[in-house]
Amino acid sequence: MVIELFTDYTLRNVALGSALLGIVSGVLGCFAVLRRQGLLGDALAHAALPGICVAFLLTGSKAPLVLLIGAALAGWLATTLLLTAVRETRLSADSVLAIVLSTFFGFGIVLLTFISKSENANQAGLDKFLFGQAATLIAEDVQTMGLLGAAALAVVAGLYKEFKLLAFDAEFAASLGFPARGLSVLLTSLIVIAVVIGLQTVGVVLMAAMLIGPAVAARQWTNRLGVMLILAAVFGAASGVSGALISVSDAHIPTGPVIILSLTAIVLGSLFFAPARGLVWSTIRRRQQRANMKVE
Amino acid sequence: MSSAIVILLTGVLVAVACALLGAFLILRRMAMMVDAISHAILPGLVAGYFLAQGPDLLAGFAGAVLAAVLTVSLVEALQNTGRVGGESAIGIVFPAMFALGTFVVSKYFANVHLDADAILYGNIEFAAFDLLYINGVSLGPQSLWMMSGLCLMNLLFVGLLYKELKLATFDPGLAAALGFSPALIHYALMTVVSITTVGAFTAVGAILVVALFVVPAATAYLLTDRLPVMILLAVALGALSAVCGYAVAIVLDASVAGSIASTTGVLFGLAFLFAPQHGLVARARRLQRQRLEFAVQTLLVHLLNHEQSAEQQAESAYSHLSGELRWHPPFARRVTDAAKRATLLQQHGDMLNLTEAGRAEAEAARATDLQR
Repeated sequence: MVIELFTDYTLRNVALGSALLGIVSGVLGCFAVLRRQGLLGDALAHAALPGICVAFLLTGSKAPLVLLIGAALAGWLATTLLLTAVRETRLSADSVLAIVLSTFFGFGIVLLTFISKSENANQAGLDKFLFGQAATLIAEDVQTMGLLGAAALAVVAGLYKEFKLLAFDAEFAASLGFPARGLSVLLTSLIVIAVVIGLQTVGVVLMAAMLIGPAVAARQWTNRLGVMLILAAVFGAASGVSGALISVSDAHIPTGPVIILSLTAIVLGSLFFAPARGLVWSTIRRRQQRANMKVE
Repeated sequence: MSSAIVILLTGVLVAVACALLGAFLILRRMAMMVDAISHAILPGLVAGYFLAQGPDLLAGFAGAVLAAVLTVSLVEALQNTGRVGGESAIGIVFPAMFALGTFVVSKYFANVHLDADAILYGNIEFAAFDLLYINGVSLGPQSLWMMSGLCLMNLLFVGLLYKELKLATFDPGLAAALGFSPALIHYALMTVVSITTVGAFTAVGAILVVALFVVPAATAYLLTDRLPVMILLAVALGALSAVCGYAVAIVLDASVAGSIASTTGVLFGLAFLFAPQHGLVARARRLQRQRLEFAVQTLLVHLLNHEQSAEQQAESAYSHLSGELRWHPPFARRVTDAAKRATLLQQHGDMLNLTEAGRAEAEAARATDLQR
């Protein structure tokens, strides 16, 4: 199996693509989770669908970069609407999130069914973004994903200090003269990149977990942001690769759900058994304290 | 009954059933919890079908409702550990449940009743072909019976528990003190939401059912401040979306459920922009009017302060305003015009003089300012 990872063309692409997704979404998810915007990625993933369809309708092309630009524009529009509605109305953030998510997705479904019935010979395959089809990843896709992911991670590395400040104390960042709003937009744009990478692999619905899961798991092991980012990348990559390996062994097993299930296992393991913060240890500690109290 | 009418009726009934509960979900900030539930019922549905060895309606319902209650409890348990933030807990639980569901469907039920795409956006288009048989007698489309049942259930739920729901939503503390358990009401609401979701799931799928629950109620929330009006408006908007959405879908030959969801979005957008109280346009105009009113007051007080003083000649000159009050000349023009229209001041050449009414207004403004 491990040797096949390097020799088998499909397996190599699937594993590489999933690992890339895990790393990029793991790192960016940390910032999203720390800023309490974990579900923003969910809304962006759903909002990307109409963007992809419009990009295809306008250009007739299915090139990853074209669809990506469509998804990014739609994601940007969704974020703008989201922030405006939260600021200007009395609706709570989660209501606005649900509104943006479901109506954009509904519109995407309209476009998707419209495209599939317009007998365009080139249309097949847009619906793979719904559930993701890691098995259909080709080398060109993986290259695009790699380039985008590397660009996103390079921005994070370059602006590490600024993003850190933004994640923990946005008002302090603004008072120091950092362009908090611009940085926030940039961070959201980077999350859009992670979402676009993820759509092809795990699909619209499961993307939320790819951003939130690794970050939540990593958070249990450390109190330092740098360590958390690295751990999240490792957890994301590990669930990506294990999902790819398991699903390749059986044609009936879809890659995306298996990646998410492996990730969930990592999250649960970390929640229960991580040193210091693990639930198991804190329960044992509480029991011991109670016993000591009784003895005294 | 023709297929078109069945689809339309099914759409309207689903929309009404969901919209009836929407107001409480919006006010209790549970919109994303509904999103989580609508995804997480999938494994329950599959388990129910598996145990009944076929797409059995009742078994599916039971499994899905159990899965929904499990989801709500899991999210709350995760939040209560203090290790995971509120929305992160939702974002961990529902993808896991949904992944489990799709995993089982594609591994073991590759060719049964559950079509992968239908999970996401339903197949209301086939509503007319699924007939309900009892003792071999056809009673018409199953979807109509089911959705009517859901409407009735939700109507009864909201009608009978209206007072309790209202109290637990706006003041859970008081509700608890008066002996209505907010937790019990919470779980009752979640159960009704789950049953509705399962019923609507087959027609409109996991994601669009969220639109029907949340968007009409949110639109209504921008249009009224009264709960009963909000519920009625949500129901009307939901039904309207279903009708318009269906028409659009016919024209475009596209997904009916998708068009209905898009229509709810368009209606929300219209309310967001043009709602009489809470709309963007109304808010912007209100802000502008307040700015003008405040500026007029400032001008009147300024004139009053310098009345009968040595520098009145210079201070009360119209040409002096933009320098003195830092107003752009066009704005100074608008403020003076507004004050003149309200006969609060008169202009003689370059000089601005308070009228009786203007003096009274300025004195009143200065007095309230001093009180502060």
